[in-house]
Amino acid sequence: MMDGSDLGILGKDERRDAVKDASKGREKDEGYVTEDGRQIGGVLMELRNITLKFGGVVAIKDISFDIREGEIRAIIGPNGAGKSSMLNIISGFYTPSEGELWYKGAKRPPMKPYEVARLGVARTFQNIALFEGMTVLDNVMTGRLTHMKAGIASQAIWWGKARDEEIANREIVEKVIDFLEIQNIRKTPVGRLPYGLKKRVELARALAAEPSLLLLDEPMAGMNVEEKEDMSRFILDVNDEFGTTICLIEHDMGVVMDLSDRVVVMDYGKKIGDGPPEEVRSNQDVIDAYLGVAH
Amino acid sequence: MAYMSEGAEGLRSVPALLQRNATRFAGRPAYREKEFGIWQSWSWAETQEEIEAFALGLLNLGVAPGDHVAVIGRNRPTLYWAMVAAQMAGAVPVPLYQDAVADEMEYVLQHCGARFIIAADQEQVDKVIEIQDDLHQFEHMIYVDPRGMRKYDHRALHDYAHVQAQGRAARDELIGELDRRRNGLGYDDTCVMLYTSGTTGKPKGVVLSNRNIIETAKSSSEFDHLTPGEEVLAYLPMAWVGDFIFSIGQAYWNGFCVNCPESAETMMTDLREIAPSYYFAPPRVFETQLTQIMIRMEDAGAIKRKLFHHFLNHAKVVGPKILDGKPVGLLERLRYALGEFMVYGPLKNTLGFSRVRVGYTAGEAIGPEIFDFYRALGINLKQLYGQTEASVFITQQPDNEVRPDTVGVPSPGVEIRIAESGEVFYRSPGVFVEYYQNPESTAGTKDAEGWVATGDAGFIEEATGHLRIIDRAKDVGKMADGALFAPKYVENKLKFYPNILEAVVFGNGRDRCTAFINIDLTAVGNWAERNNIAYASYQELAGHPQVLDTIQRHVEEVNASVAQDEMLSGCQIHRFLVLHKELDADDGELTRTRKVRRNIIAEKYADLLTALYDGSESIYTETEVTYEDGRKGRIKATLAIRDAQVVPVAPMKVAAE
Repeated sequence: MMDGSDLGILGKDERRDAVKDASKGREKDEGYVTEDGRQIGGVLMELRNITLKFGGVVAIKDISFDIREGEIRAIIGPNGAGKSSMLNIISGFYTPSEGELWYKGAKRPPMKPYEVARLGVARTFQNIALFEGMTVLDNVMTGRLTHMKAGIASQAIWWGKARDEEIANREIVEKVIDFLEIQNIRKTPVGRLPYGLKKRVELARALAAEPSLLLLDEPMAGMNVEEKEDMSRFILDVNDEFGTTICLIEHDMGVVMDLSDRVVVMDYGKKIGDGPPEEVRSNQDVIDAYLGVAH
Repeated sequence: MAYMSEGAEGLRSVPALLQRNATRFAGRPAYREKEFGIWQSWSWAETQEEIEAFALGLLNLGVAPGDHVAVIGRNRPTLYWAMVAAQMAGAVPVPLYQDAVADEMEYVLQHCGARFIIAADQEQVDKVIEIQDDLHQFEHMIYVDPRGMRKYDHRALHDYAHVQAQGRAARDELIGELDRRRNGLGYDDTCVMLYTSGTTGKPKGVVLSNRNIIETAKSSSEFDHLTPGEEVLAYLPMAWVGDFIFSIGQAYWNGFCVNCPESAETMMTDLREIAPSYYFAPPRVFETQLTQIMIRMEDAGAIKRKLFHHFLNHAKVVGPKILDGKPVGLLERLRYALGEFMVYGPLKNTLGFSRVRVGYTAGEAIGPEIFDFYRALGINLKQLYGQTEASVFITQQPDNEVRPDTVGVPSPGVEIRIAESGEVFYRSPGVFVEYYQNPESTAGTKDAEGWVATGDAGFIEEATGHLRIIDRAKDVGKMADGALFAPKYVENKLKFYPNILEAVVFGNGRDRCTAFINIDLTAVGNWAERNNIAYASYQELAGHPQVLDTIQRHVEEVNASVAQDEMLSGCQIHRFLVLHKELDADDGELTRTRKVRRNIIAEKYADLLTALYDGSESIYTETEVTYEDGRKGRIKATLAIRDAQVVPVAPMKVAAE
């Protein structure tokens, strides 16, 4: 059922074979059912033997894993393990030096971030990247940019297509605002909001794009326990209500273990574990990476 | 046929009023709710259709006449419809406080034996599921917001919209039965059952008949000349009798529109957008608002601040006079008009009070400064005195006879009697039928002639006929030396200071009075910020020596003012402490309507109370607190106890000679 999930402890060659097996058998592979009864679909995105180099520095070294439709997939690892780089490859900020990305069954050529966004991949950032002077509503509306097609002339006179489009987009945005319970700050400039709420607004903007794959870069960083609980509930709700596939990076192990269906563990740019949370937790390489081991 | 013609204008139930409105006011708005950022509205005709569909759905699920249908959630049109639909189907709606924890709900749901429960969202559904094993009569639950509900076991759980759809589908089959039940509703049949919050003991189910609700709605609407054009904002708990009277009784009688806010947090914005013409709020809401205005004005620029204070001082002198129709000089009027243009108008607009024609406050005493502030702005704010058992209205203030220290004249149709003990009794068409399944309490409250004991001590001012309430009758006591002890009187004086949120005064049977005080975090926190005083927690701020100094000044001022009243001069506070936590309904210290539960507090903080009387300067204490989700924790603190100066009072006899 979970082919490719117990690869972490295999050697490099064996791993390659296993990945090949996984891609070969994709037709008959229609996902799995989680403990709480959610149906996880087939492979949505597959990363094959990804390597990323910055000059002489190898940030990511020959990593392969997949993200299935409807699942919450976590990437964890110590500082500098290459997690954010991995997310940046998926969202098109970086182009891998080697390796292939397969998305919805097709190989994805190197792309610009906005092209990736058009394919239905939305993300949030580790350091909040909102327009501070704009209201929450306007910020969330920017999430709909890829869905707006009216020309500049029509936009300027607010007539015809531009108007219809904005009304339709506003409706979707309002549903997201309702979903994330931020109605009371709809008209508040983002700059005046506390950190935890800004994070939520960023999630709202990503959701407004109606993504098929949502990337969250440390959604709980710097939050207190209550804010973390809120955010966890929203992530689970998003996944549950919209069936959105979520790939997240997180440091809080408790959160990761509770939220995710499968976890990829990275250390020094390499994958050292991959599988359901319980399995990863008992993986010796993972324990060594987190607790430190005498080299 | 005599029976059939009974009822105001032949209308004997809320569903009958609905039917009339659906014809008479067909296209006019009956409900509005802000959702997805837009005010959605339903006309009376649409409302009738929605309610009927839900009532048919209830029949389809097997609601029997006389069943109790519990309704839990914040103010939403769907839940108001559910209440009327339950009545239409011959059942009795029982609204519950939505912020009640599962255990509190369990008592009420068991006591009324609810077969059906209508819950607003997942949160409420979860609470019911937690206790459902102990609810023997409970059969079906209906939820309004489907979010997060997909994975639940749907054998006894239904989506509101689905119930309505099924009702619509089964219309031909069930409409006959529904009409039979709707037309069979009598004037003395139960309209609603509301649980009193209960400052002592378990909540009691107050049964109110159609007669109670409709007669009360009719006479109170006439008293204030309410019209079908009124706009109200429904934001107070649906389980509270006031909301039932305003948002259902009066709304259906007059046919005016009930507006529901988007969420509790957006209430202030929604209030401003709706600008209600008829508004009710407990004193706490007015207090908080005034505190916020003052804090924000402190932060405003110098010119704005000067303008604000200049015109406000003028308004305090002239505003109430203009409102009461008393003679005011032309120049004064012109200055007031300028103030209206520059300060009062914009301020009222910001607060959402631009169109308020009739505003009421009740439930607790309101500080004279607060009351005068709103009246000075030209807002017709009045006080009323009421109870669940009276279908709200006992006394209210007529226009032009408004004073902060009285609660007004008897409402139309209400008779008032003061017993020898000083307790206020009343009799009216609004007097409740009974306490559900509690004949002893019913007999203890209502006598054979229909007189109801309010439990409050008061007197009628001879000159004006206005009622003045002193205190809860059972709280009024005697000090060791025989002087009158009225804690609420002193507590209210303390609470009028913005820094003091809550106060509890002790002294019954003792030689002197002492007090527990809660600081107001908004006001004191702002003061701390302004004075660069760092604090990490409520507890730390509450124990700060400078805060204690300020509170001590307030207490001493109150003592001076209490000393003026020769009857109550014994109630001056000799010693006090500032509590390390806010008194909270979740800990059982306040009722859900935020009234102090004196005995429970005295018991819970017995160690603190002892320390107030044994002369110690500080006391170490540990307190159990309950979090919103029901978990418990402990907080530890060492509290300082302060002595306050009292004004020496000459013995009364000497003064009289």
